[in-house]
Amino acid sequence: MRIRVLAFARLREILNAAETALELRAGARVGDAWAALAEGCPALEEHRASTRVACNGRLVAPDHALHDGDEVALLPPVGGG
Amino acid sequence: MFAVVREAIDPRTFEGAIRPGDGAAVKFFGVVRDRADDGRAVCALSYEAFEPLATAEFEKIAGEARERFGDVALAIVHRIGEIGVGEVAVAVVASAAHRGAAFDACRYAIDELKRRAPIWKKERYADGSARWRENENVS
Repeated sequence: MRIRVLAFARLREILNAAETALELRAGARVGDAWAALAEGCPALEEHRASTRVACNGRLVAPDHALHDGDEVALLPPVGGG
Repeated sequence: MFAVVREAIDPRTFEGAIRPGDGAAVKFFGVVRDRADDGRAVCALSYEAFEPLATAEFEKIAGEARERFGDVALAIVHRIGEIGVGEVAVAVVASAAHRGAAFDACRYAIDELKRRAPIWKKERYADGSARWRENENVS
């Protein structure tokens, strides 16, 4: 399956892209997407514990199952206001 | 009104957020301060947002405020992009029959926005450096 990954703030800078496409095996979960991203960009790993993940606009758990065409957003700790 | 905007927020444009018939309106404006918490001179803040989720979160916060404080109308608008010292970054307006609910709802909304809305800011310092700042329990 192919998903879109959106990265914000410092994660966008670490990935050097606001949006990236990811090819994953069928049945992959959010945790697998993280692993695939961190493989290409090890500096991401230290931010994993503090990052919330949204799938198609809703916050999801690390074991959330992904589907082809999903939009996964990586949300680091917030700083609005 | 729940929105993320790129243009300047004019504090005078929120008259419409006061509901006809209400007896109290509380307006909060978050303004770019000239100093960071550690005292460094700030020249601007750069904000970004995950816009669909941010506006959805604003609506959710307003719903929670109604559950807690009763019949309160909230407007929440956050600006993104680069914002200079003295300019408004966020506006929250609460309108209610009485001042107690309006103050409580306004405070609740800005506190929750800072705690959980998917919005980020980078402090840009006078010396040309910059860093991402997370909200801690500052109120």
